[in-house]
Amino acid sequence: MANNQQNCIVIGASHAGVNLAFALRKEGWEGAITLFDTDPTLPYHRPPLSKAYLTSDDRIEKNLLKSADSYQKQDIDLNLGVSVSTISSTDNTITTSDGNTHHYTKLVIATGARPFIPPIPGLKTATNLYPLRTAADVTNIKTALHASDTKRVVIIGGGYIGLETAASMKKLGATVTVLEREERILARVTAPVMSEFFQKLHAENGVEVLTQKDVSNITSDGAQNIVHCADGSQYPADVIVVGVGIRVNTELADAAGIKLENGIPVDEAARTSDKDIYAIGDCSFHFNPHYGRNIRLESVQNAVDQAKIAAASICEKDVSYDTLPWFWSDQYDVKLQMVGLSQGYNKILVRQEPDEGHKFSVWYFKDNTLLAVDAVNNAKAYVVGTKFIKGGDPIDQTKLVDPNVEFKPANLII
Amino acid sequence: MAKITFITTDDENITLEADSGSVMALAVENGVQGIDGDCGGVCSCATCHVHVKPEHMSKTGDASEIEQDMLELDDNVNEFSRLCCQIEITEDLDGLELTVAG
Repeated sequence: MANNQQNCIVIGASHAGVNLAFALRKEGWEGAITLFDTDPTLPYHRPPLSKAYLTSDDRIEKNLLKSADSYQKQDIDLNLGVSVSTISSTDNTITTSDGNTHHYTKLVIATGARPFIPPIPGLKTATNLYPLRTAADVTNIKTALHASDTKRVVIIGGGYIGLETAASMKKLGATVTVLEREERILARVTAPVMSEFFQKLHAENGVEVLTQKDVSNITSDGAQNIVHCADGSQYPADVIVVGVGIRVNTELADAAGIKLENGIPVDEAARTSDKDIYAIGDCSFHFNPHYGRNIRLESVQNAVDQAKIAAASICEKDVSYDTLPWFWSDQYDVKLQMVGLSQGYNKILVRQEPDEGHKFSVWYFKDNTLLAVDAVNNAKAYVVGTKFIKGGDPIDQTKLVDPNVEFKPANLII
Repeated sequence: MAKITFITTDDENITLEADSGSVMALAVENGVQGIDGDCGGVCSCATCHVHVKPEHMSKTGDASEIEQDMLELDDNVNEFSRLCCQIEITEDLDGLELTVAG
């Protein structure tokens, strides 16, 4: 019998929130499920936004997390274009931008993050300047590019979003320049050998990637912009994409009295300090048992897996989050797959597959413990790395880098 | 139009019809238990593993190299394994039977 008294409210309907809603039904939740998101578009896959979705003419309907019918079939109440204004944890209610108050039995904060827009003079008045996180951002970028004759694109930030966007815009016929402030691209997330590889890959594909370029201001005459750097260099731009990181959306949780750290701290079942409130996805600060520390992750894997854990916990199952993080990036014909967290490494080994330029893997160790693997066009390395990190077996490092040793876990165990 | 049957780990038989898109998308759309497709269909997550009925392997063809490598993530892999995000629906698939590897 349906229990209509219970209501699980989910703030944020992207990978984390939507997967949580469907996982709740699978776990047997019989109460109401009410999802809210400020984005008016039916929830969609975000990773393709900077990749296939940007370069194709597909409509967002081809890219949905779930069809509109699926929400109805599972009796999930999806409220789009509605923002949540406040959470009252004392009487278990939220208020929304349309003036309504809703009571919750359980509340899930899946508010994610928003692009960080740096305080660069002239940025706010620049023409055709966008971040890239939503379907609407992509529409704006595409529209601006199509309307431009010269199609000069400047991308501020040489992280994954910036580089994927650069590759996609190049494919669309743009002249692309990436400006990175640090000494190398992807500096925060990979080893120098990976930065060098991607720098070269973009150069080979005709995209100019420039490092140590600190954007100081942007001037605009209404039609085109000039991006000025601290070293005096200038770059004309018809379209500017900003990809310099994110800020976690913690304001609602903060106002509700939940204590914050690097995101919203949660326990092994994704519960916050309030027993009726969970936090999942990009906004959650959680313990990872593989690395023995608290982390915050910006990834689909974490959003989906934490959603499943939280759903089970809401349905009173005893669960504990212990997944190994993984990520991917596609640029040109290169498929990068990453597993684990490389932070804290003190040794790197590179395995280059014979006779194949763009097929190699980078293995991050702390002493003799394997922390992470970056696999370039090499799913085998990704899979072998995953097995070793999960299993914890020591790895024969001499055999690992010997391309004549067949890439199988059994061959690499000491 | 192709009819495709999924046999879930709970031994539920679900027959679905479609004329395009990937087999993974069809399964996710219809809530087939055990097919998650977390990466959206780019062969990056191995959460859409199925075993093709042996006599139907000629309909689907074999897994590509990257797909074979990704399948190794799952201990339940065998010669009939596919990641169904990599199987495009065409009329040739009509009658296909897939067991969800779970």
